[in-house]
Amino acid sequence: MQYLWAFLVGGALCAIGQVLIDLTKLTPARILVSYVVAGVILGAIGVYQPLVDFAGAGASVPLTGFGNLLAKGMRKAVEEDGFLGIFTGGFTACAAGVAAAVIFGLAVALIFRRTDRTRQE
Amino acid sequence: MAKYINDGTIELDRGVSVYSCAAAVGRMESDGPLGNCFDYAAEGAELGLTTWEKAESTFQQYAFDIALRKAKLIKEDISFIFAGDLLNQCTGSAYGLRDTDIPFFGLYGACSTMAESLALASLFADMRIGEFFAAVTSSHFCSAERQFRFPINYGGVRPPTAQWTATGAGCCITSAAEKAPFVKRITVGKITDMGIKDANNMGAAMAGAAYDTINRHLINTKTTPQDYDAIYTGDLGQVGTDLLIELFRRDGVQIENIHKDCGLMLYDREKQDVHAGGSGCGCSASVLCGHILPMIAEGKLHRVLFAATGALMSPTIVQQGESIPGISHLVEISDRQEG
Amino acid sequence: MNISKKEYAKLADSYSAPSKLYITIPKAFVSGGIICCIGQFFMDIYTMLGNDTDTASAYTSITLVLISALLTGFGQYERIAKHAGAGTLVPITGFANAVVSPALEFKTEGLVLGTGAKMFVIAGPVIVYGIAAAFVYGLILFVISLFGG
Repeated sequence: MQYLWAFLVGGALCAIGQVLIDLTKLTPARILVSYVVAGVILGAIGVYQPLVDFAGAGASVPLTGFGNLLAKGMRKAVEEDGFLGIFTGGFTACAAGVAAAVIFGLAVALIFRRTDRTRQE
Repeated sequence: MAKYINDGTIELDRGVSVYSCAAAVGRMESDGPLGNCFDYAAEGAELGLTTWEKAESTFQQYAFDIALRKAKLIKEDISFIFAGDLLNQCTGSAYGLRDTDIPFFGLYGACSTMAESLALASLFADMRIGEFFAAVTSSHFCSAERQFRFPINYGGVRPPTAQWTATGAGCCITSAAEKAPFVKRITVGKITDMGIKDANNMGAAMAGAAYDTINRHLINTKTTPQDYDAIYTGDLGQVGTDLLIELFRRDGVQIENIHKDCGLMLYDREKQDVHAGGSGCGCSASVLCGHILPMIAEGKLHRVLFAATGALMSPTIVQQGESIPGISHLVEISDRQEG
Repeated sequence: MNISKKEYAKLADSYSAPSKLYITIPKAFVSGGIICCIGQFFMDIYTMLGNDTDTASAYTSITLVLISALLTGFGQYERIAKHAGAGTLVPITGFANAVVSPALEFKTEGLVLGTGAKMFVIAGPVIVYGIAAAFVYGLILFVISLFGG
């Protein structure tokens, strides 16, 4: 059952992104930014966490989940560290995902060769 | 001696010949409908080199070398080279031709550079300032993609109006000689801004320029589209082609039967994922040098207009919100010296 | 020119075939759904191994980023993305692809000025505005805590 909800909610979040791409001419980078900021806002007003509890990875894997994570981390940091938390909360919350992207990005750049995309079409 | 007619149109003296030509292309282009007609077709797009930029330069070098070889010329026979490409500061040409030791004019006309360089090389031939002249251009999907858009391995979404930069190069060698095909007239493009701001819709940005140049050529030479076997545009793609036909239709001029677009000819859009069609200097260059000019030399075509089209933009300027001006240079080519 | 810019823009729009929504949206839905299910699968495994939800979620993100990085390295991610559209853009795998692909692409300009400098050329805005939005939220929370907390 958890998988069905993950599929449906995750799929729906992606489908909304596709609608935005096709109908608004928003560039991919702008869509990613909108998703993260939307996630922060929805997380802040407490709407997104119930969705994560319900749909699991279906809500946490899309970038809105990343935004929600930022909001959640910020809440915890401000509670624990007060004013300093405003500055540490964001990066602490997203540290795992971003560090993974940096490290694996670097590793791929070192190990792999670029691909010739014209051979694939 | 060349004669100025009116409003950018120049009539050349009799006997300015495209003495030799050659096209070198990548794998996708040789897999397309014109695949058999190119002088050199690579296995892929990298030619075993470490950077895409080196590969693009090498395509240009190949086109130049093959064009020389086909005419049994050596590089010392060439008096001037006119060359350009899409890379910043025209480095594709500069690096591709740096070992030639031939006086060099670097040109930038975006994807219209094939017609621009051929026009200048023809004018020099007309003026007899030297004997042989080379016009060379290239483009490369991967080097263009990383400069203008995204990294090759990025999974961004391309809208249906986007075009596919052709990988390839073309070279024409002109001379005052009695050997078909002949360059008869030239109409120089004007910078034409139709107000299009979408960098994923270059065909729409350039169609106005193509209309302006072709229309001026027809008026200045007192000809109609029916006087030609074909009117080729460079890389308008499907959207630009539809717009060009509509613009002429508004004047009561029918061109759909004789108009062809190199961007639509180079690929099979059903089987190859190129969206609205091909683009890039290498697109019109390889179709001109691999298909159109040989057809004229064989007498299968008699009189054609070749109007390469370019979008004079940079990613920086487009991000600043400016619209995209287009330009189209036109060369009239015939298999006869007279008329 | 026999047409005004306004009229031309309208004409250009009418000739610019829109994406076929009935194809792109279902594709994005299904591919995005599948990626989330793969995420759920890892989530379950990491939970089974005794991690709490937050930890399992973080490991899931790391795992998906790794898979995406490898697919990008092998040149497969953009092949899938061509069909999946937003389905591969919106999940965290799309973020990873946006970081890894320039890192690999600009290697030719050196590991520092190429890979290092260009790594966040696409994904940078996500970090910038994500952190900024979270900062604003934190600021609000802090002010509230001063008065009400």
